[in-house]
Amino acid sequence: MLDWPILSTVTFLPLIGVVLILLTSGKEESAARNARWVALWTTLFTFVISLFIWINFDNNTAAFQFVEKSSWLGNNINYHMGVDGISMLFIILTTFLMPLCILASWEAITVRVREYMIAFLVMECLMIGVFCALDMVLFYLFFEAGLIPMFLIIGIWGGGQRVYASFKFFLYTLIGSVLMLVAMITMYFIAGTTDIPTLINFSFDPHLQLWLWLAFFASFAVKVPMWPVHTWLPDAHVQAPTAGSVILAGVLLKMGGYGFLRFSIPMFPEGSEYFAPLVFALSVIAIIYTSLVALVQKDMKKLIAYSSVAHMGFITIGVFTFTQQGLEGGILQMISHGIVSGALFLCVGVVYDRLHTREISRYGGLVNRMPRYALIFLIFTMATIGLPGTSGFVGEFLILVGAYQVNTTVAFLATIGVILGAAYSLWLYRRVVFGELVKDDLKNIMDVGRREILIFTPLILVAFWIGIYPEPFMDVMHASVVNLMDQHETAMQASKTILNAAK
Amino acid sequence: MMYVLIVFLPLVAALIAGLFGRAIGDRGSQLVTSTAVIIGAILSWVALYQIAFQQTTEVIELMTWIDSGDFDVNWMLRIDSLTAVMLVVVNTVSAVVHVYSIGYMSHDPHKPRFMAYLSLFTFAMLMLVTSDNFVQLYFGWEGVGLASYLLIGFWYKKPSANAAAIKAFVVNRVGDFGFALGIMGIYFVFDSVSFDDVFAAAPGQVGQHFEFLGYQVDILTTLCLLLFVGAMGKSAQIGLHTWLPDAMEGPTPVSALIHAATMVTAGVFMVARCSPLFEYSPDALMVVTIVGATTCFFAATIGLVQNDIKRVIAYSTCSQLGYMFFALGIGAYPVAIFHLFTHAFFKALLFLGAGSVIHAVSDEQDMRNMGGLWRHIKFTYAMMWIGSLALAGIPFFAGFWSKDLIIESAFAAGTNVGDYAFWAGTAAAALTAFYSGRLIFMTFHGKPRASKEVMDHVHESPKVMLIPLCVLALGAIFGGAMVIPMTWEGHYEEFWGASILILESNNVMVDAHHVPTWVKLLPLIVGLVAFALTVQMYIRRTEIPVQLAKTHSALYQFLLNKWYFDELYDFVFVRPSKAIGRFLWTFGDGKVIDGLGPNGVAGRVLVLARRASQLQSGYVYHYAFAMLLGVVAFVSYFFFAGGH
Repeated sequence: MLDWPILSTVTFLPLIGVVLILLTSGKEESAARNARWVALWTTLFTFVISLFIWINFDNNTAAFQFVEKSSWLGNNINYHMGVDGISMLFIILTTFLMPLCILASWEAITVRVREYMIAFLVMECLMIGVFCALDMVLFYLFFEAGLIPMFLIIGIWGGGQRVYASFKFFLYTLIGSVLMLVAMITMYFIAGTTDIPTLINFSFDPHLQLWLWLAFFASFAVKVPMWPVHTWLPDAHVQAPTAGSVILAGVLLKMGGYGFLRFSIPMFPEGSEYFAPLVFALSVIAIIYTSLVALVQKDMKKLIAYSSVAHMGFITIGVFTFTQQGLEGGILQMISHGIVSGALFLCVGVVYDRLHTREISRYGGLVNRMPRYALIFLIFTMATIGLPGTSGFVGEFLILVGAYQVNTTVAFLATIGVILGAAYSLWLYRRVVFGELVKDDLKNIMDVGRREILIFTPLILVAFWIGIYPEPFMDVMHASVVNLMDQHETAMQASKTILNAAK
Repeated sequence: MMYVLIVFLPLVAALIAGLFGRAIGDRGSQLVTSTAVIIGAILSWVALYQIAFQQTTEVIELMTWIDSGDFDVNWMLRIDSLTAVMLVVVNTVSAVVHVYSIGYMSHDPHKPRFMAYLSLFTFAMLMLVTSDNFVQLYFGWEGVGLASYLLIGFWYKKPSANAAAIKAFVVNRVGDFGFALGIMGIYFVFDSVSFDDVFAAAPGQVGQHFEFLGYQVDILTTLCLLLFVGAMGKSAQIGLHTWLPDAMEGPTPVSALIHAATMVTAGVFMVARCSPLFEYSPDALMVVTIVGATTCFFAATIGLVQNDIKRVIAYSTCSQLGYMFFALGIGAYPVAIFHLFTHAFFKALLFLGAGSVIHAVSDEQDMRNMGGLWRHIKFTYAMMWIGSLALAGIPFFAGFWSKDLIIESAFAAGTNVGDYAFWAGTAAAALTAFYSGRLIFMTFHGKPRASKEVMDHVHESPKVMLIPLCVLALGAIFGGAMVIPMTWEGHYEEFWGASILILESNNVMVDAHHVPTWVKLLPLIVGLVAFALTVQMYIRRTEIPVQLAKTHSALYQFLLNKWYFDELYDFVFVRPSKAIGRFLWTFGDGKVIDGLGPNGVAGRVLVLARRASQLQSGYVYHYAFAMLLGVVAFVSYFFFAGGH
């Protein structure tokens, strides 16, 4: 254990970068350059510091670690931070992706660079906060406020239809958030606290649990996103700048899954058990439905966005199996999806930067001019279709193993998604990379440069690392996941006894 | 250590050639990859001697892979007799193909990439055959699929090659779908995915039932059938075979290595490896027999009328795999693996020989444009004869021993499906002789049908291509000698040791050697008759085939169009998927979800927002502002509530 508040340090470190950027002044050009470098160094430094969380993490306990607690608002609301095996890796994921996002925006962003970098740094702070917060109010604050910089990023540096895209998301999120807020207030009235560890051990009335579960579900399902509240995602992705898509797919989508693990399952075990079939149904529909839709997309980013919905469908299945394989597979798949889909959006960004179009039909035969790009794109295509040896496989397979134990039909239908996944991914790759290079504007296209290789190399290494030796990632989860399962089991037993006693 | 070298040398070579191909040059890449695989091949023969002839088993644990609760999978190498035989087959053919490719691909600008893919494939195949658990088997399984995809689509400028590559991957995924479900089911039932644990516990599950998709079904039969779906995909059995002929779009050395000798036999290997499961499920074995026998006949009929030299051999491969499967199905696992062993040599020989022909006639593959080549490429001609004789099962070439033994085993099984397999196999033997003869005569005999320009260029291939052919020819001639240790009573039990389980009640291995004489002679006789027929039809009276095609045009078209499988699948699966996808996108997402949800609401909100926007500058800021207000309201509420 460390004797300094590492979680707060990591969370608020990016804000120091913001201050530094605000302090730098000068001409447009030099200010932009300074902002880029400050942002890069800040995010790199944050990443390095965040690794200390992992290094000092105790794998053997399910308790929250690195806990910081001080009174904040009134008597009941505390500034309470801490991580366990479920949340820790998400922090690393966030800090890992951040420097890559800054690098990816190095040349693509030319207007309002300072503001852009500030938005990203603020967002990093808020995202890390979500995964550290152990107080409902604190969580809500980070959770909702994190969207503001995202909207600015889409709204200011986004594509032509950015207003429509943000509006769509606004409507979806608004309804979810309001319901979650109501649920939180209700919980506060009943339990008298907003402290998450206390609430986890508090047993809510089983009937009330159903309503609370639904309210939280409304918010998290939009974030995941689950079918049928997924339609904001393709639009948001298409309009967002590359780095925005990376963060959206890599981290923001994970907040829904994390929410299920942190709130829905431990706090409302009966509700979760009761509604698990609903989650399975929506997830299976999502997997098959969005895979079929992905098959006919004409826009690269839309295709990958739809594939994200399908992949997130696997994750929600895994989480709601309440089996160790399903839960651990779900968490690992979230990490893997953060890496792989982020990398795929970066792949799209590479060619978008050169040609300024995402139309698949405008490309073709890129391998002739861009062999290195073809290799990178291939690796991540294989990772997204879950080829064993890449990160995509381990999580997906564990989820399916977990699902099979609970419900063979769910496993069967979800596995169909694996076939469709191969079809749409390879079809995309074939149309973009293979074939003759005939289009005039492609004849002088340049292969990935040094900066781009620098971005992709860590992603490739991690994708293979998780695929070949996922132990370091899995070890972190075991204690917390087993604890979560035990809790769920005990709650189920208790409610059975009550039910029997009532008879 | 030796085994680790055998498996990982090709991977190292593939990485060197793939990543640093430009630095070490064409020659360097060829040298690195070929050397690695040749060393592997030599070591594999040593391994065969140590393991199979001295009855040992090596298990090497490398490191942990996936560990989640009881689901505990390690990276391991397991070398027993079955693996050792596969190591020899894979590494020998791979080494030969590596060397051959140096000559065959000499005009290609992407030599390092090609060599890297070949070595990558070899590595994945070796991981497949050395796996100690089902998940690592799946790793190798998908790995060879990836390499196959890359190599079929190697000439990425050809749209047909790209289409074939995707088709191969996706059709294989359909098979893998069954395989993956099988593995999940195995874990569900046995709480383990390691071979030892599962096989040891299998007898205890006989006759037990579990729930699958809402039905109560027999555990072992269901698991075996799910695994078999995977085997059908990889080994191109009827229904999931459509990718194999198209895979001929890849360079010919690839067809020899992947689509004849090694990868497509992975399904056979898998079923043999799982003999301790299949032996306890007669129903599953019955299905295997029927599928195998049907494929063996069906593919041979298509092979009769194809005109592309490589496609004829491809359908022949499909048919021979059918033989292997029905041998497995009647419980004669050693015989199936023996045929796998001999087939690898003579089929790779045929493919590489065909490659030499294609090389000679300026990349022409249509046999209608060949003919009269034998004078110009005598060495290749001789090699093709050896391969064809072995394939047709002429004494005493390698194929004679293995194929006859399969047909005899089917007879010896004495069951209904055994009889079906026997007759299908015998009929296929006749068809095999026919298409082999047809191939030889159309290619090498008669008047030259190629243009004068092409004929002037016809030349024998360089030594670097011919020497590999010699190696394979040796295998095709003398490989039959393995019949004694691998299949003869009193020898095979020791040779295979514990790697293959044959129940005591299953006597087919013994009975196969004691069938009536007519059964032993029948395949040979029908083969010779069919062969004589081809001499008549393709050398003496060449108008007969043309007339036959005219008079039986419906049958001819049916065969030429490969029983219309591709058209059927396109109609049933491909088009509907796209149509449904388009419908869900425009109607489901567009009209229903967005129409009722955001756009409908948004239409109204927009009107309000437009008024409000006169005060502020944009919607985004509104949202940000509204959010902040919400947060403030929330916090203040608690502030006051908590302050009491």
